[in-house]
Amino acid sequence: MIIAEQKPFEEIAKMTANFDKVLLLGCNECVTVCLAGGEKEVGVLAASLRMLRKQGDRPLITLEETVTRQCEWEYLDQIEKLAEEAECIISMACGVGVQFVAERFPDKWVIPALNTKSAGGSVKHGIWEERCGLCGECILYKTGGVCPVARCSKRILNGPCGGSQNGKCEVKDVDCIWDQIYKRMAALGRMDWLMEIEPEKDWSKARDGGPRKLIREDVMISE
Amino acid sequence: MSDFQPKIVAFCCYYCAYSAADLAGSMRLQYPPTVRMIEQPCSGRIDIRLILQAFEDGADGVYVAGCLEGDCHFLKGNYRAKLRVAQAKKILDDVGIGGDRVEMYNLSGSMGPRFAEIAHEMHERIKKLGPSPLNRKVEPSQLNCEAEPAAGQQ
Ligand code: SF4
Ligand code: SF4
Repeated sequence: MIIAEQKPFEEIAKMTANFDKVLLLGCNECVTVCLAGGEKEVGVLAASLRMLRKQGDRPLITLEETVTRQCEWEYLDQIEKLAEEAECIISMACGVGVQFVAERFPDKWVIPALNTKSAGGSVKHGIWEERCGLCGECILYKTGGVCPVARCSKRILNGPCGGSQNGKCEVKDVDCIWDQIYKRMAALGRMDWLMEIEPEKDWSKARDGGPRKLIREDVMISE
Repeated sequence: MSDFQPKIVAFCCYYCAYSAADLAGSMRLQYPPTVRMIEQPCSGRIDIRLILQAFEDGADGVYVAGCLEGDCHFLKGNYRAKLRVAQAKKILDDVGIGGDRVEMYNLSGSMGPRFAEIAHEMHERIKKLGPSPLNRKVEPSQLNCEAEPAAGQQ
């Protein structure tokens, strides 16, 4: 899933200071699971903003809604009336949701309430780790299902580097993922695979090649 | 300010604080009438939204009372409540109401005197803090919501 985290409250308060009636829009997918932008977080942020503004002379009216997915037009169609009512929309989705909302409602000012962090998962309650760097050409079959692109600090494809110490990365306080890859390949009896030198990766398929667009004619619905 | 009578909402777990309140009553112990109790099936029922709602609806202080640590009838409800109260404190600090206005307490059903003591403690604390900023007017310039120059206006 996409992992996101709420922006500092002060930042959100500043971005919304010029508005008197806002729609706080949650998303029921990833950001609900990572406890950043679901129905509950919408309620908490709405109450927080109202309480802040009630102390001044410019109280804030909040509308609250949470849609199935902000990154799909059909769910945004459902909030057309609500969006009309509000002066601006505070999107509590990932950056994708924010942009879909902005595009769907071109005359509305849209404010992101979250910082979108990574593609990963929850390893235990309250801890989310990055797992995939969205490189566009998956090489997990060569590394025992452990991704060096997203999880090696240096994105090394033939690791580990000289800085791997006792299973820890030299760059930051994380496990050296190449150490993990070695251990896993050894356990699977595939050490010989690691003897192959991995050639340079074609980064044009990653974000480095510019914005990516996927087209599948087989699933298109003809008019 | 001295005649200020705070409104304090106490979210009390049925198995401990609520029974302790009963006991305090049977023991004829006095505690401030400013404390309004709301029975909960477990302190783990407490949610940050509930705490914020209490303040929005006019409370000057809120506390959650759950079983002693390790004694929750639902095993971990009171630990969860503790974390949520801590988070609520942070939010209340952020919005300018003040995290001191919310607290978590632990006691058992047999601790009637402690129940009364907690009620006194919270009453005194909130009395000292004065009415919640939501229940009085403050200068807008004291607020953290000045617009950023670049923030968009329609
Ligand atoms: S190799 Fe690429 S696609 Fe596969 S998990 Fe890593 S970053 Fe994601
Ligand atoms: S120590 Fe391991 S994870 Fe860190 S940069 Fe080197 S190879 Fe990558």
